[in-house]
Amino acid sequence: MPSSSKSQVYSQPDEHGHFGVYGGQYVPETLLPALGELETAYRQAGQDQSYWEELNRLAVHYAGRPTPLYHAGRISAQLGLEVYLKREDLNHTGAHKINNALGQVLLARRMGKSRIIAETGAGQHGVAVATVAALFGLECVVYMGEEDMRRQALNVFRMELLGAQVRPVGSGSRTLKDAINEAIRDWVATVEHTHYLIGSVVGPHPYPMLVRDFQAVIGREVREQYSKQAGGLPDLLLACIGGGSNAIGLFHPFLDADVRMVGVEAAGRGLDSGEHAATLTRGTPGVLHGSAGYLLQNGDGQVQLPHSISAGLDYPGVGPEHSLLKDLGRVEYLTATDEDALAAFRWLSELEGIIPALEAAHALALLQQNRLGLADGSKVLVCLSGRGDKDVQTVARALGKELP
Amino acid sequence: MRRIPQVMAAPGKKLVPFFTAGYPQLESTVPLVLAAEKAGAQLVELGMPFSDPLADGPVIQQSSQTALENGVTVPWILKTVARIREQSQIPIILMGYINPIRRMGATRFLEEAAGAGVDGLIIPDLPPEEDPVFFEQARDAGLSTIFLVAPNTGSERMVHLGREAGDLLYAVSIMGVTGTALSARQDLTDYLKRVRLNANVPFVVGFGIATPQDVRRVGSLADGVVVGSALLQRLAQASDPPAEAYTYLHSLAAALP
Repeated sequence: MPSSSKSQVYSQPDEHGHFGVYGGQYVPETLLPALGELETAYRQAGQDQSYWEELNRLAVHYAGRPTPLYHAGRISAQLGLEVYLKREDLNHTGAHKINNALGQVLLARRMGKSRIIAETGAGQHGVAVATVAALFGLECVVYMGEEDMRRQALNVFRMELLGAQVRPVGSGSRTLKDAINEAIRDWVATVEHTHYLIGSVVGPHPYPMLVRDFQAVIGREVREQYSKQAGGLPDLLLACIGGGSNAIGLFHPFLDADVRMVGVEAAGRGLDSGEHAATLTRGTPGVLHGSAGYLLQNGDGQVQLPHSISAGLDYPGVGPEHSLLKDLGRVEYLTATDEDALAAFRWLSELEGIIPALEAAHALALLQQNRLGLADGSKVLVCLSGRGDKDVQTVARALGKELP
Repeated sequence: MRRIPQVMAAPGKKLVPFFTAGYPQLESTVPLVLAAEKAGAQLVELGMPFSDPLADGPVIQQSSQTALENGVTVPWILKTVARIREQSQIPIILMGYINPIRRMGATRFLEEAAGAGVDGLIIPDLPPEEDPVFFEQARDAGLSTIFLVAPNTGSERMVHLGREAGDLLYAVSIMGVTGTALSARQDLTDYLKRVRLNANVPFVVGFGIATPQDVRRVGSLADGVVVGSALLQRLAQASDPPAEAYTYLHSLAAALP
C-alpha cells in the first residue's frame, strides 16, 4: 500500500479522537467532563514511569505475560503452512481482556474513583474487570444481557465469586449492545466516583485509543517472539473481530510492516440469513455507543440485532479504527459462520490439545477451510484470544450433547 | 422571525411537554400536540425514537420501542409535523439521536424539517464540537439548535454552549437519565442559579419533573419546564390519551409560577 495512507494510520486518532471520519465523542454533555478527565489521566500516566512499571509488574507477575508464541505443529503439517498461535488464552482469567482491565484500573485509581462498572458479552471482560476490582478493593458492577447470562452462566458465577454484582439487562436484544447502553446510563448518574471500564476498542474517545494501546502488548510481544523463534516477520496476521480489541492489539504494532492482516467477523447463520454480526462486511457507517463506525442498521437508521454463536462477537458495531483500516484497505475483513467456528473449535482441540474460545475459533476457521489462499509454507500468526472452557456448554448444545 | 425566541421572549414561564412521536399509537401524535397546546403548553418536544436511546430511562426506552414497532420513521415524523402545522403554530422541537438523522442524510433532514415547520433540534448524543457543520446548516435553515447543560457542566462551558445555541438551552436537572426522580436538595437551586448566571439565553429544565410542586419549584428558577417520562407513563395507561394529556398538563400549567 502507498506510504501516504500508512502515515495517516499512524497519527490516529487526531486530537479530537477521530480515526478519519470515525470515532469521536457522541455522548451526552454529562459525560464530556469524565472523558476529558480520563484522557488527561491517561496522558499524564504516559509520562509517568511509575505507572508503566506497575502495569508491567502486574502484567508479568499477576497476569502471566509474556504469553507464549506456540508453533502449532500438527495443524501446520495438515495445512502445509507454518502456523503460530499467540497464546492469549494462557493469561490469568483466560483471555486477552485482562491486559486492558489492568491498564484501566490503574487509571481509575489515579483518578480516585471508588467504583468500577463494565459491560460484558461472553463474560470474559466482566471476569477480567471483577478480577482487577477484587485486586484493588473497588466496588464492581457488571452489566450483562439476560441472553448472554444464560449462554455464559459459568462466567456469571465466576464474577460473583470475585465479589462483583452482575446486573441483568432485559432491554433490546438482551446482549452486549444493551449491556453497553445500560452501563452508559449508570455512568451518566455516577460519573463523579465511578470509572466505566469499557472492554473493547469501541465507545467514545479516548476509549478506542487507550484500549488499543493496552492491547498492543500482544502485537509487540509477537514481533519480538516471532523474530527470535522464526526470524523476520510472519506473512499473515489473523484475528477475530467483535468490537475488535484483540485484533487491533495484534495488528497495530505491525501497521508499518509489510505484513498481510485479516480480521474475521462472525457470519452467524450465514451472511444472507440476516442473522450475523458481520459489521464491517455488511454494515454501513453510523453512530452507536458514543462513536462513529460501521454499524448493522436498517434503512431508517435503527440498529439491527446481531447474531453469533459466540457471545463475544455478538455486537452490531465495531471499533472506529477498524472502520478506518477497512476503508484504507490496510486490513482485509472476512467472515466465518457459527458452523465454521464449531468445526475449528473441535479441530484445534483434537489436533493441538488446545480448546479455543469460540471467538478465536472464527479466525482459525478460515485457515482450516481454505488456507486463505496462501502459498505452501506461508507463515501465519493467529491470535488465540481466549480459551474455550466458557464455551463448552454452548458447543455441547450445538452438537446435540446433553451435559449433566 | 423564528418561533422559539419569539415565544421565549413573551412574559411568563413555559410548559414544554415531551411526546415520543407515534406513541402510544401512530395517530395519537397530532391530537396530543393540539391537546397540549389547549392545556397551556407553549412549546412541544417530539421525541424521534431510536433503538438504543442511551440518555433515556425505562419509560422513554419503552415508548421508543413501541413507537418503532408502530412503524415510526424520521420522514413520518416530519410529515406529522407538517400536519400539525395545518392547525397550530406552537413551536416544535425535535429531540432525537444522531444516527437515524445521518442515515436519512443530514442535509436532507434539515431541509425537510425546516420545510415541515420544525423550530428546534435537541440531539443528546451530539455535542456541538462533534459536528459544527450540521449545527451551522441547521441555523442557516432557520432552526434553533438547543444544547444540553448538566449539573457537572463548568460555568465557562455554560457560557460557551449558550452562545453556540443562540436561542435556548436545556438544563438537565440531575446527573442521570430521563425519568430519574428530581432531587430535593439545595444543589438543584444552586445549579439553576449558576445556569441563569452563565447562560446568556433563556433555558428550560427537564428530567424528573412530574408534579405541580416540581413545576412550581423548578419553574421559579428557570424560563420553563419540560415534562416527559411522567406524561408518557400516564399515556401508557390512558383509554383516551389526548384527554389524559389535557387534564394532566392543565394541572401542571396552573402551577407555573
